[in-house]
Amino acid sequence: MKTPEEIFNILKEKFGDAIIELVSSQPVESFITVNPQEIDKVCRFLFDNDELSFDSLMNLSGVDDANGKKTTDQNGDNIIEGGTLSVYYHIESTKHRHKLVLKASAQRENPEIKSVESIWRHADWHEREAYDLVGIIFLNHPNLTRILMPYDWEAGHPLRKDYKNPEFYHGMKVPY
Amino acid sequence: MGLLDQQFTKESIVVTKVEDLLNWARLSSLWQMGFGLACCAIEMMATSASHYDFDRFGVIPRPSPRQSDVIIISGTVTLKMAIRIKRLYEQMPDPKYVISMGSCSNCGGPYWEHGYHVLKGVDRVIPVDVYVPGCPPRPEALLEGLLKLQEKIRNESLVKKSV
Repeated sequence: MKTPEEIFNILKEKFGDAIIELVSSQPVESFITVNPQEIDKVCRFLFDNDELSFDSLMNLSGVDDANGKKTTDQNGDNIIEGGTLSVYYHIESTKHRHKLVLKASAQRENPEIKSVESIWRHADWHEREAYDLVGIIFLNHPNLTRILMPYDWEAGHPLRKDYKNPEFYHGMKVPY
Repeated sequence: MGLLDQQFTKESIVVTKVEDLLNWARLSSLWQMGFGLACCAIEMMATSASHYDFDRFGVIPRPSPRQSDVIIISGTVTLKMAIRIKRLYEQMPDPKYVISMGSCSNCGGPYWEHGYHVLKGVDRVIPVDVYVPGCPPRPEALLEGLLKLQEKIRNESLVKKSV
C-alpha cells in the first residue's frame, strides 16, 4: 500500500516533466496532475507495475473548469474563452488496496487527451460520456461517438458552462 | 351499466344499443403496450402485479404496438426517446389511447427548467387522453386514470371519437 506522495515520487522519477504536480491542499483526496498527451503512458505504467498495479478504474469524469475569460454576448448568453477542460481518473489497486486520483487538463479550444481505453476497457463508455457532455476529444479511442444525447445532437456539449439549449430539436420545442 | 352482475335464467334476452355493446367490449379489454420509461414504470408494473391486478380491468401488456389499444407513457420522455415514442404510437392501430403517467411525461416534472435532454410533456409529440399526476403516481392513481379512460370510451359514439 502506497500513499499518493510515494506514488508521485515514483512517477516523477520515471516520467519527469509529464507529471506536473501533486495537489494536496484541497479538502478532497490529493491528486496528481499529468500532461494530457502522456496520460496513456502514465496509466499503462500504473497498471503494469507490480508495486502499484492499479487494475481498476473506478471512475472517469470530465469537468468544465470554467476558468477562462467570461463574457456575455448581445443576447445575454455566457461565453467562456480560454481556460481548461479536465478529466479526473479515480483508480484503485484491488491487490495493494490503495487508491489514486489523476487529473489531466487540456485547453478549451483544443481539448485533446489521450484515451486510456486500451488499459481499462470500461474507460470506453466513460470517455464517450465525457466527450458527449463536456466535449473532450480522446485520441486513439476506438469509437468516440455520443452515448447519452441523440447521435444527431448539434447544439454542443450540455455540461459546458457556456452551453445554450436549442429552441427546437426535430420540430419538438425544447424549452418549457 | 351494471353488466352481467346478475345471473341469466334460461333463454334470456339482453336489449342494448350496438354502440353501448361495442364500447363495453372495447373498454373492458384495453390491451396495454408493454412499455416502460423510468421510475413510473416500476409503479406501472406494481399495478399490473397481483396486489393491484390491472388484469381485472382487462389490461394486459402486449409486446407489440400493433396489438395494443393503449400506451401508458410511464416516465421521463427524453428527446432521444420522444422520436421512438412517436413512431410506436403511429404503429398502433386505431382506435388508440394514451395515458400520460406522472409529472415528467405530463409537463417535464423536475426537469422542467434545467433538463436539457427532456421533452417538457409528451403531449408535444402525441395526443394524450388522460393525465395521471404524481411523482410517481401510486398504483391507485394509475387505476383511477384507467377508470377515467374507460369512462371516456363508454361515452364514445360510432360516428365520431368523443373529445
